[in-house]
Amino acid sequence: MTTGEPGQPRTDRSPWNWLLILPIVLPLLTFLFNADEPRLLGFPLFYWLQLAFIVVGVGSTTIVYRMTK
Amino acid sequence: MSGHTTELVVFVLLFLLVTVMGFVAARWRRPTDLASLNEWGLGGRSFGSWITWFLVGGDLYTAYTFVAVPALVFSSGALGFYALPYTVVVYPLVFLVLARMWSVSHVHGFVTPADFVRARFGSPTLALVIAITGLVATMPYIALQLIGIESVLKAMGITGHLPIVIAFAILAAYTYQSGLRAPALIAFVKDALIYIVILAAVIYIPAKLGGWDSIFDAAKAKFDATPAPGDGIILNANNQLQYVTLAFGSALALFLYPHSLTGVLASKNRNVIKRNMSALPAYSFVLGLIALLGFMAIAAGVKPVMSNGKADNNTIVPLLFDKVFPDWFTGVAYAAIGIGALVPAAIMSIAAANLFTRNIYREYFNKNASDREEANVSKIVSLVVKVGAVLCILLLDPQFSIDLQLIGGVIILQTLPAVALGLYTRWFHKGGLIAGWAAGLVAGMWMLYLIPNPASGKLHFGGSAFALSNLGFDTKMTIYPGFVAVAVNLAVAALLTLLFRATKVADGEDATARGEYFADEGDPKVKDLDLTGSH
Repeated sequence: MTTGEPGQPRTDRSPWNWLLILPIVLPLLTFLFNADEPRLLGFPLFYWLQLAFIVVGVGSTTIVYRMTK
Repeated sequence: MSGHTTELVVFVLLFLLVTVMGFVAARWRRPTDLASLNEWGLGGRSFGSWITWFLVGGDLYTAYTFVAVPALVFSSGALGFYALPYTVVVYPLVFLVLARMWSVSHVHGFVTPADFVRARFGSPTLALVIAITGLVATMPYIALQLIGIESVLKAMGITGHLPIVIAFAILAAYTYQSGLRAPALIAFVKDALIYIVILAAVIYIPAKLGGWDSIFDAAKAKFDATPAPGDGIILNANNQLQYVTLAFGSALALFLYPHSLTGVLASKNRNVIKRNMSALPAYSFVLGLIALLGFMAIAAGVKPVMSNGKADNNTIVPLLFDKVFPDWFTGVAYAAIGIGALVPAAIMSIAAANLFTRNIYREYFNKNASDREEANVSKIVSLVVKVGAVLCILLLDPQFSIDLQLIGGVIILQTLPAVALGLYTRWFHKGGLIAGWAAGLVAGMWMLYLIPNPASGKLHFGGSAFALSNLGFDTKMTIYPGFVAVAVNLAVAALLTLLFRATKVADGEDATARGEYFADEGDPKVKDLDLTGSH
């Protein structure tokens, strides 16, 4: 079947996709966050830094979504 | 029991509210005809960003999660926090994969992952293998939702199975009538309640317990005092690999579950999915805070309910709420957990029913089933699945369901090469994929079998920490068996693909075309093309 349209064939390739690797790798590097100190608002590093990685995840996926829309 | 009257009244009232919503949902965004899998099983494939967010979130973050994750943190500390990186890693990981799955399913009208595999690899056998794997992995998951409800009932002092049977009978009735629209509508209430409860919990409880500092210190003191080597508020040298492989392996498995895909396929276009992959981590934040309820329970001195002489850690969250909140709010919190069980249970039973209808009934019993017939079969199977889940709880030791769910995660991972990699490459041979699946299963089962649990005195299937010393390494490190099993699976699939290609063993035909993996809303579907092309 030929659903191809004139011009470029469709693809989901984009250099922006590489940005998705950051939030995949970061939370798996235990040496970055496996410590009690420094604490933030009473949270040991282990907990607050991993919660902060959520922000990295949201940021990266949002950028990739906007740039490849 | 009299001490819990207020809680019980609030719980029952909220439960009744969602019951009414469940039945009314059949009229919500009403199509002209509900009698097809597209409508009953996928809500008309028309959900926008908001509904999808509630639906998929309500589906992935289950009542059992809310109960079991803090229970794990309560008993072993930092290791239990793996649930957070797990749900951070998963969305960027599947961002592009799910968009492709949506597109090709949109073009071909796929309802299940096995539908896709059937078309991609031209192999009914491989599709059957994928479908059965999905069914086996989903069943204990549904049973676990009952354990979530039961833990709340136990904390209210209610024993016996009758309340659960009633709750599930009601759930079964409105899922039968409304299909996916029921959990989609109820998910709004579920999430609203969960967010209110967790927000209150993380502000109110630390204030009562002397701040976060003292909560973490209390937890540290508890773990320092226990003889167990693996616990503590941070990881140690031996369980870091475990933490990472568990988080990553679970992330790989999450969207292979048929019920996760159900929510994804119900959305109306690619952008809804991509936008959701950036918005769903809001739940991860809540999950992280929920995990910390385990430490709060330690600091508050909560003692789990004893059943059959063993401490039931799943009761610590309900007990913590009971201890610190006023009665009426405890009722709201319990309802949040209870309703939190209904949404995923409904979606899971729909997904399981769709698998049976499309990949077993249609494939082997009635090739020419009409849309109406498919919907009817699915509706009936969704009832059977729920009865099965209730029977699991009534007849078997609940621990058995928990073990099965652990095993379920390992076995669903074995569908990764066919379902997820299949979206990217047609390189694998269908025979290689089947052999890889089998090898991965055997490896996974073998590893799980070898894991003991000293705490409960079990010799086998005692958890998800496989000691590398079993493989001859001189170390105390442990690893997640699912991760190793899927590596075995991939290696076998690749080797046999090369072998089959070299010996020219016949492969199946690919019914999909490259452009279809990027199709969007409004693009022609295969059904439409058939109609125009047949004259």
